[in-house]
Amino acid sequence: MDNKTIDLSLLDGVLDEYASVKGSLITILQHTQDIYGYLPKEAIERISERTGIATSEIMGVGTFYTQFRFEPVGKYLIMLCQGTACHVNSSELILQTIKDELGIDDGQTTEDGLFSLKCVACLGCCSLSPVMMINEDTYGSLTPDKTKKILKELREAAV
Amino acid sequence: MRVVIGQGSCGIAAGAEKVRQALLKENINASIAGCIGMCYLEPIVDIYDEDRLTRLVKVSADDAPAIAEYINTGDRSKIENLVVTDEDSEFLSKQTRIALRNCGIINPEIIEEYIEKDGYTALKKALGMTPEEVIDIIKTSGLAGRGGAGFPTWFKWNAARNSEGEEKYLICNADEGDPGAFMDRAVIESDPHNLIEGMLIGAYAIGAKHAVVYVRAEYPLAIKRLKNALEQAREKGVIGKNIFGSDFSCDFMIKAGAGAFVCGEETALIESLEGHRGMPRLKPPFPAQSGFWRKPSNINNVETFANVAWIINNGGEAFAAMGTEGSKGTKVFAVTGKVKRSGLVEIPMGKTLRDVIFDIGGGMKTDKPFKAVQMGGPSGGCIPADLIDTVIDYKALGATGAIMGSGGMVVMDESTCMVGMAKFFLDFTAKESCGKCIHCRIGTKRMLEMLERITKGEGKEGDIELLEELCYAIKDGALCGLGQTAPNPVLTTIKYFRDEYEAHIKDKKCPAGECSDLIEYSINADKCKGCTLCARNCPVNAITGTVKKPHVIDTNKCIKCGKCYSVCRFDAVVKA
Repeated sequence: MDNKTIDLSLLDGVLDEYASVKGSLITILQHTQDIYGYLPKEAIERISERTGIATSEIMGVGTFYTQFRFEPVGKYLIMLCQGTACHVNSSELILQTIKDELGIDDGQTTEDGLFSLKCVACLGCCSLSPVMMINEDTYGSLTPDKTKKILKELREAAV
Repeated sequence: MRVVIGQGSCGIAAGAEKVRQALLKENINASIAGCIGMCYLEPIVDIYDEDRLTRLVKVSADDAPAIAEYINTGDRSKIENLVVTDEDSEFLSKQTRIALRNCGIINPEIIEEYIEKDGYTALKKALGMTPEEVIDIIKTSGLAGRGGAGFPTWFKWNAARNSEGEEKYLICNADEGDPGAFMDRAVIESDPHNLIEGMLIGAYAIGAKHAVVYVRAEYPLAIKRLKNALEQAREKGVIGKNIFGSDFSCDFMIKAGAGAFVCGEETALIESLEGHRGMPRLKPPFPAQSGFWRKPSNINNVETFANVAWIINNGGEAFAAMGTEGSKGTKVFAVTGKVKRSGLVEIPMGKTLRDVIFDIGGGMKTDKPFKAVQMGGPSGGCIPADLIDTVIDYKALGATGAIMGSGGMVVMDESTCMVGMAKFFLDFTAKESCGKCIHCRIGTKRMLEMLERITKGEGKEGDIELLEELCYAIKDGALCGLGQTAPNPVLTTIKYFRDEYEAHIKDKKCPAGECSDLIEYSINADKCKGCTLCARNCPVNAITGTVKKPHVIDTNKCIKCGKCYSVCRFDAVVKA
């Protein structure tokens, strides 16, 4: 997406704290993603330098876990729950609605950089199924109309 | 009067914080509690007048003035419609709560509220005993692993205790990955000190100085409340050095998982704790001998630990007095899906599925009849309607082909396709297979491809037999629990719903009307009013007709998205 340079100094604090603590790679990657919104290549190289862990191994760990991303995400990250209760309560319809409304597939970001869509494992709010989380907020008992309304409101709020 | 608003993740999602803010604006000092488990009635506001409780349900921010009026003047007239019905109250009164005993009652962010409920007295009591005596009480109680496997807790504790080595670890598995289960989240969000106390007792019993909680990153609120609870416990001297003046010291660490279902398997969890890809290790050696950092380690699930303090305080016999011959105490279930009252249900073992789904859960949400209940998530299976009187017991549930599992119970009605259900779980396990064992990695993928073919109407004669053969091969060839149990959803649906598989394969029909490739939409001309709503909503212009005249769907153009079906106000669109 954008090619702005990555400010690696933001990582110093995290690496000072964890680089020499064994078993901390996942924690370091989580903090890195909190800082940049994803795991930039430059940051992975810096982590490798400071921890002595090969970049190949860092990538191995990073790609194993669904939490980690290697591309920047939009302002709003939509995490649509794929749990059993959501499945039984027609989450497929909600997925279709989001795809139609935003013109993106699972794992993609809208051209204006506002929305990213990610289908995720059970969010544990099964009683409110179907459920999605947008950034830190959870939205439950979704219907196609309700979903459209939420997306519209977020789009308007962002302008 | 004391006003408390339930704020677990689902309560907040349903608007509980908005309600609290609105009450604060009315100058009502509303505090928070965790989740009472009546998820279908959220947001819930509890008003205590001395000991008398008035419970208001499905409250919205607009109700705040009426609630304030009641609190200030005692005038109930405007809140009568919010008061929980007797019928809904039964959802709780029919339960027996041990693991969930404080959930939704105390404020999870204030340690004093836990202490008021006899919190940390069990730890004090345990520290006055020898570790062997503690293990003995747990043995008497019959407590077994609540994460799914049902292994006797005392046995694991004893093995870790008897392992050689100074440095030992006690680990809590809070990587609740089963889709449809959320009791562990509820315990951590609602009563984190109960978990901490149970873990401390376990650490004392096995001789561990380090305790670790491995919790899903998808549970941010649980992590936040647990961190806060640990800080308060540290300040009170409940964790740290020389706890309650004894020789016992124990520190705590929280590690956030990063999204991998396989990390619920204990050796994969340990790999992940060490910062690696979560791939299971060969057993033996078992974690009790060689676990975290190759040191003796004991891993239990959140719900298991949540029972420990109660058992120490009330005695092993009291716990063992509940349940069946082989399954003691209570079990928490997350009841969801097409059930009327969804939420958390804790009942003694030995009750039946009917008790949970119909008596407590209130039966079905719609007028469609009960078809099956899925238990144990991707490792479990579907239990059909005619086995509804199966007793809740590790053995009895195992005999159906499903498992007790961590306690997810997803209720299904006749609109759920069972082949689709099997496909749903195989899609999950194929994605979550760590890739170490060929049978699991490739076998689940091949099974998924076959199920996809079948649900598209491209099934062939012999597919069912081939699926069964693959199932047993994967069960035999996989190293860990994920692979060994991944075929269960397929095996149980074939066992109980073989006719549905055959309908897909031979007749190219989906009896539940869920598989879009096998259904057709049409319009019932007698019911159609010609309102044009369907035609306006059709994304491919497959519907034609003039205003106030019956419309027609061109099945060649139709992409079966179901929009017309969902928008029609006259039930005129037929799915068959």
